Amino acid sequence: MGKTENQKAWFFVLPVFVLVAFNALIPLMAVVNYSVQETFGNNVFFFEGLKWFEEVLHSDRFHASLLRQLAFTGTILAIEVPLGVAIALSMPRRGPWVSVCLVLMALPLLIPWNVVGAMWNIFALPDIGLLGRMLNGLGFNYNYTQQPFSAWATLIAMDVWHWTSLVVLLAYAGLSAIPDAYYQAAKIDGASSWAVLRHIQLPKMKRVLTIAILLRFMDSFNIYTEPFVLTGGGPGNTTTLLSIDLVKMALGQFDLGRAAAMSIVYFLIILLLSWIFYAAMTREEGRS
Amino acid sequence: MKRLSWLVPFLYVLFLLLPIYWLVSMSFKTTNEILGAFSPWPRTFTFDNYIKIFTDRTWYSGYINSLIYTTVNTVISVVVALPAAYAFSRYRFVGDKHLFFWLLTNRMAPAAVFALPFFQLYSAIELFDTHIAVALAHCLFNIPLAVWILEGFMSAVPRQLDETAYIDGYRFWRFFLRIFLPTIAAGVGVTAFFCFMFSWVELLLAKTLTSVAAKPIAATMTRTASSSGYELGLLAAAGTLTIVPGAFVIYFVRNYIAKGFALGRV
Repeated sequence: MGKTENQKAWFFVLPVFVLVAFNALIPLMAVVNYSVQETFGNNVFFFEGLKWFEEVLHSDRFHASLLRQLAFTGTILAIEVPLGVAIALSMPRRGPWVSVCLVLMALPLLIPWNVVGAMWNIFALPDIGLLGRMLNGLGFNYNYTQQPFSAWATLIAMDVWHWTSLVVLLAYAGLSAIPDAYYQAAKIDGASSWAVLRHIQLPKMKRVLTIAILLRFMDSFNIYTEPFVLTGGGPGNTTTLLSIDLVKMALGQFDLGRAAAMSIVYFLIILLLSWIFYAAMTREEGRS
Repeated sequence: MKRLSWLVPFLYVLFLLLPIYWLVSMSFKTTNEILGAFSPWPRTFTFDNYIKIFTDRTWYSGYINSLIYTTVNTVISVVVALPAAYAFSRYRFVGDKHLFFWLLTNRMAPAAVFALPFFQLYSAIELFDTHIAVALAHCLFNIPLAVWILEGFMSAVPRQLDETAYIDGYRFWRFFLRIFLPTIAAGVGVTAFFCFMFSWVELLLAKTLTSVAAKPIAATMTRTASSSGYELGLLAAAGTLTIVPGAFVIYFVRNYIAKGFALGRV
């Protein structure tokens, strides 16, 4: 499909460009500005060059948060994507239940993020929360405010609860785009349900699944509110993900320079990984 | 095997509903009952929490504030994204691919990082604590999303439609408003839903940019929690009510949601 060359199209894009640039570039410049300076309050700043960047890249604290972040993002992707596909496959394709399923699935997505954190915080409390009571009743020694493992499990359960729906909706969208003729052909050939999944459904879902993975990757790397409300990064520092660490540094300790340098490094990591995803996907599309 | 294949979805739906059930059930309990002893359902069923929210101005104004900036943001995002998405779907121009990727990168920017500079920026232009400030700030992540979804819907419309209209003598804006927009109405609905949703659930920027006059409901909840101890029943009721507007919106666009993502491109 050939698009026409038309430089005037820039006028159409201009409002978007101006609005987004206003919100993106000015704060970004402020962050870059902090990242090369030292402040002792009272708006007095000293130029520090790349000192903060060197410190951040060599600091154990940053490495630890980054590692926790990667572990978190990896785990939730490994759970949410297969689970989401499985749920989407078992959803009805037509009939009155479709709407019910879709609305049900979308519910967790519509809850403000701090409410999500707060409701899991109470839901999982070992003494008065339903989940905590149930797990302890089943004989597990579960207390997420004190045990690192329980805290991690709760954090991951919360994210799976919150965001698997997005994967489900996307995968379901991909599935409903498959024409019935494909399934009939497969039936005539006597294909097993595994073969249908492998050769028809998964290839057709590839595009939406890449979108799902990309979105989940970006959003889970930025996650702040929910874990902050749920565990506040504790017990100790065991669930301190990157953004939580950043905010602790910037607002808690008012260590603006270091926090700004760290956030730039952090932003570049997300950008790099997303660019790799994006490049891989657009190449795929170009080939087909 | 066939019977087992229902187990996973069944367990998942259970898992999905349990926390919501717990929230709703707490909202009908008194705080004393919640803190006093574990009970799987409300023993002293009460509407007090809801009555308090609907009669106390500090509470219900939070909902009004959130609804105002969310609506304004949705309108701005969709209106400016429409021509841009059309440009991306129909024309080639200098820097189009880079611009598209740059737009997407703004979804990756961690809001936690930008909170402080945002505060300074909006204080500097004297918009701090106004609805429009939050609405504009949320454009950062909603406009890229809107452009992305709309572009998908627009690219699914054959270009012959445009060409025929021009041959018939339509001027661009007349064609765009009279013919093209009705064709992609579903896309506009879906886009509006997603903008509404992401603006509604975001808290960090909304909280940073407001203090009293435009304070969002989610912030009202956190502040009340710290000032008067934990009024859990009240918080649960407030939390339950935050689900309502989104549930309404989703009910209206339920048939198009799935489609919206299927057509979106990255």
